[in-house]
Amino acid sequence: MTMNPAIELKGISKSFGPVQANKDITIRVMPGTIHGIIGENGAGKSTLMSILYGFYRADAGEIFVDGKKISIPDSQAAIAAGIGMVFQHFKLVENFSVLENIVLGAESGALLSPSLSKARAELATLASEYELNVNPDAIIEDIGVGMQQRVEILKALYRKASILILDEPTGVLTPAEADQLFRILKRLREEGKTIILITHKLREIMDITDTVSVMRQGEMTATLETNKTSPENLAELMVGRKVLLRVDKSPAKPEYPVLEIEDLNMFDDFGVQRLKNVSLSVRAGEILGVAGVAGNGQSELLEVLGGYRKANGSVKIKGSEIDLSTGVAGDGQARRAQGIAHVPEDRQREGLIMDFMAWENSVFGYHREKSNQANRFFMDNNAIRKEAEAKLDRFDVRPLDTKLRAKNFSGGNQQKIVLAREIERDPDLLLVGQPTRGVDIGAIEFIHQQIVALRDRGKAILLISVELDEILSLSDKIAVMFDGKIMGERLPSETNEKELGLLMAGVSGEAVQ
Amino acid sequence: MDIMPKWVDIIVVPLFSLFLAAFLAALLILAIGESPVAALNLMIEGTLLRSAGWGYMLYYTTNFIFTGLAVSVAFHAALFNIGGEGQAMIGGLGVALVCLFIPWPHWTLAIIGASVGAALFGMIWAGLPAYLQAKRGSHIVITTIMFNFIAAGVLIFFVVDVLKPTGSMDPASANFPASTHLPTFQDIASLVGFEKAFRSAPANVSFFIALFACVAIWYLIWRSPLGYEIRALGKSGAAARYAGVRPVKIIMIAMMISGALCGMMAINTTQGESERLILNFTEGAGFIGIAVALMGRSHPAGVFLAALLFGFLYQGGAELALWTKIPREMIVVIQALVILFTGALSLMVRAPLERFFMSIKRADV
Repeated sequence: MTMNPAIELKGISKSFGPVQANKDITIRVMPGTIHGIIGENGAGKSTLMSILYGFYRADAGEIFVDGKKISIPDSQAAIAAGIGMVFQHFKLVENFSVLENIVLGAESGALLSPSLSKARAELATLASEYELNVNPDAIIEDIGVGMQQRVEILKALYRKASILILDEPTGVLTPAEADQLFRILKRLREEGKTIILITHKLREIMDITDTVSVMRQGEMTATLETNKTSPENLAELMVGRKVLLRVDKSPAKPEYPVLEIEDLNMFDDFGVQRLKNVSLSVRAGEILGVAGVAGNGQSELLEVLGGYRKANGSVKIKGSEIDLSTGVAGDGQARRAQGIAHVPEDRQREGLIMDFMAWENSVFGYHREKSNQANRFFMDNNAIRKEAEAKLDRFDVRPLDTKLRAKNFSGGNQQKIVLAREIERDPDLLLVGQPTRGVDIGAIEFIHQQIVALRDRGKAILLISVELDEILSLSDKIAVMFDGKIMGERLPSETNEKELGLLMAGVSGEAVQ
Repeated sequence: MDIMPKWVDIIVVPLFSLFLAAFLAALLILAIGESPVAALNLMIEGTLLRSAGWGYMLYYTTNFIFTGLAVSVAFHAALFNIGGEGQAMIGGLGVALVCLFIPWPHWTLAIIGASVGAALFGMIWAGLPAYLQAKRGSHIVITTIMFNFIAAGVLIFFVVDVLKPTGSMDPASANFPASTHLPTFQDIASLVGFEKAFRSAPANVSFFIALFACVAIWYLIWRSPLGYEIRALGKSGAAARYAGVRPVKIIMIAMMISGALCGMMAINTTQGESERLILNFTEGAGFIGIAVALMGRSHPAGVFLAALLFGFLYQGGAELALWTKIPREMIVVIQALVILFTGALSLMVRAPLERFFMSIKRADV
């Protein structure tokens, strides 16, 4: 007897206007396996999963669950078919308890308490069965991200999901939390659940999946057994050409210190201390990488240095003290004049005005500088446009159309617009946050080269990234942040992911050694 | 990629909305037993076929240009200024004080003085809610609405208790001195020999100030670094902060420009038309400004065209009330339909049009 695949997609196609997001996709996933789907941003992974979860309807194609053909018009139907989804951004009510979140949308009857007590009992069973322990009465906002993700998984299991889809689940986790997640996933597999893991991280695919499908530009380029492939092979299938996975760079030749931070403390609007006695220094011709799980003060550090957050302490740029006391946004332009350029962590929220055209964005933050003014009152739009065209060309932005709005460029090209703006000003210090988040592998290579090239021109670079691989391969020196503190500094040659992972989780440096 | 060509977005969408509104209005007129065709004829005849009709239409248009520009500037900073009405009232007070208490030798100087007074007063009246928004986070929609009521009260106080000549029963200030009176279109036409043109119509030279304001605002929004910062803040607060734009400052400036424009409407109504300060001279122009800005897509050229349209509806509506059994309220309903379709429901029109263009595009591929 042949087993039916837990889930099978046949000839799925979906287009949005002229863009074909999925072309004739066919996948079979056998029950009790972990299947990875890997591909660059915009390759169509999320569209495919949204079709499976009933957010979009496919233009063509069929879906089979356990050998039976079904149609999934909405997420209710997906849940009924035993499909559960854990989104990259959790769909939890922050001020509800774990139990309330699990029941939400699956209440039975008009009164809440029977549902809640039923869920409590169910939760206890699930916890023992899959080793998924959570405190049902904890409030979501009080528990860590790893726990929140567990709640999402429990939500799916509570709805009797036998097929679990996880979309980029490790993006927000420490390496240790990710390991824990993988243990849970393996445990679920042992219990016969089917898991689809969407990711762009080659390592995760290699570590945990049984089979893997590669997507490129809406098409399924290959489906392989994981143990018969290699990261290099997968990367090539994803991009369509050979890719350098390691950054090619010569040893740093650090000179005088450009940025000196001493005892920096910062409190946010709610009075919570976000930076605790941070001291760092970056020298000219050197890349300092700050590693850490998102939300441990790295964003705040960038905001303080970028001039739009108030803080206490001392920050010197090439020996001269900068004023941290006001923290009004207007300081940002003064910082730029002092030679600090800033590539913010979130290009869509901060780095670009998505509705502005590329040329307008090409002077964003520098728009009041003399070179961009025609006279005292007006901007020199023609000159800005011409200059923008040259800048974007040097950064290989495609399409090279300065009149296109930022939102119409792909993620990688948006990031190149920001980098072109900041790097082309030839700053003394470049602050760069998550330079390759949501950027495809081809563009990552280019962006890394540009950052290294700036370093080689004798500039100082403060790199913040949640991608340990990126920190390890780009940095000349690594600092690890946890809970607003610097847990320690290491040289990339003298450390490894395991040690950094422990520091990122808040284990003190002495204990690590 | 933008789905529709730009001209469709700018021209076809509003025209289509307008057509839908006109269609519904026609049904309404039919329902009360009048002929929509006759009504439209009457509106056109009373507005576009007589020079006096033009004179009235452009008078209203002048008001709507000022308030429409005002709402547009605030829109660019993502602020919803519903307080145009109040800012115009206080602007009127500014005009009255300037015209009554400063001896002006000639109207050319008086109009400059009155413009400054109107703008300054409107600016202050918009500046207070702007400060509350920027510093305290009080929502600008709520505060500007409340400031309309306060402005109405302030206006009544000044007109009745301060500026009303003793012995007068009329709630109005004294007449402004003749040297402050603005030349009307009739005066201008007479100068070049057309004594009969624009007879007794209120349109006056402030129309040209409104046109100048359109050009100035265009330069401000699309050419100056300040306009760049206003638009940046309006599109994304977080990005503006990153770029070193001070939100407090930009909110204050945008709202004060907005208030100044609303205030300047009073040079048309108060200095130009009534030539004294009266109550209710704003006639809802502050609110019409919202519709004008929406329909004009917050662009000065669009605002000008939309202001013309609403000037036509206002004057045409007055004609209907005068010559047909269509009640005045019905005219307000028709104007409301236009606002509803061009402003609030423009998405309803846009979506099917976008689908239409999408299908064309797909056929191309």
